[in-house]
Amino acid sequence: MTAHINLSQAGVLAKSLAASVTLLEPVARFSLRTGAAGQAKLSAALGLTLPTKVGQRTQAGQTEVLCLGPDEWMLHTSESLAGTILQACESVYADAPHSLTEISDREVTVRIEGPKASELLTLGCPRDLDKLPVGEARRTVFDGATIILWRDAAETYRIDVWRSFAPHLISLLQTGCGELAAE
Amino acid sequence: MLLIRCPYCEETLPEMEFTYAGEAHIVRPENPSDMSDEAWRDFLFIRSNVKGPHFERWRHSHGCARFFNAVRDTVSDRFLTTYKAGEPRPDLASLLSAAGQSESEK
Repeated sequence: MTAHINLSQAGVLAKSLAASVTLLEPVARFSLRTGAAGQAKLSAALGLTLPTKVGQRTQAGQTEVLCLGPDEWMLHTSESLAGTILQACESVYADAPHSLTEISDREVTVRIEGPKASELLTLGCPRDLDKLPVGEARRTVFDGATIILWRDAAETYRIDVWRSFAPHLISLLQTGCGELAAE
Repeated sequence: MLLIRCPYCEETLPEMEFTYAGEAHIVRPENPSDMSDEAWRDFLFIRSNVKGPHFERWRHSHGCARFFNAVRDTVSDRFLTTYKAGEPRPDLASLLSAAGQSESEK
């Protein structure tokens, strides 16, 4: 059963001795796609280096960028800086053709932290999380839904999930939080 | 569960992140309207259906989202190799001998 979850209200969704699940405040998100030729110019315009290896991320101020594929990046930034990102990319469009799509409302982000955060994720994620280094992120799957899994510390993760899948994913995490604490 | 190496991510990952996408190295004809019905039928539907090493396409759909090619033994489900889309077909004899060597080392 999928519980009703209010996705417009950031805050703690589940908390136990094992882990806690928190819905984070909205951020501006962009999907950026470009070929090898335009990467340097876009990096300069954005004031950061676009990582080239899948899963690597770089941060400049409040803007965080993650390489999702050979020609695909995910940008997170504060909502107040969204306009700056749009302008910066537009200014180099002639020299560095690219596609920049705002997808801020497509996903929500939940933070998972606590002594058993990694174990909680094994509930739906088939990856070997020991091979996901701290400070990197991957697009992967959680119980059938595509997610982006950011590892911020050994036992601190963020999950970006499409809004429509979020109630399912969050209710699984809530159940898992309780079960792991009862062990 | 199969473990599949994505040549773009350069990681060996669980099958659940991937989608099978049929036989590889099937080139769409330049001018379909010039083809006979039989040749078009063969392009659309006739596949080699090998028992043994099979050249096939996969997509890392819950990952980098790229299509790539793989050589998988359809009997044992063993992956002999994976390689990027657009690269030429690897030499099967050397793949098989490499697989045989790693088998005897075990």
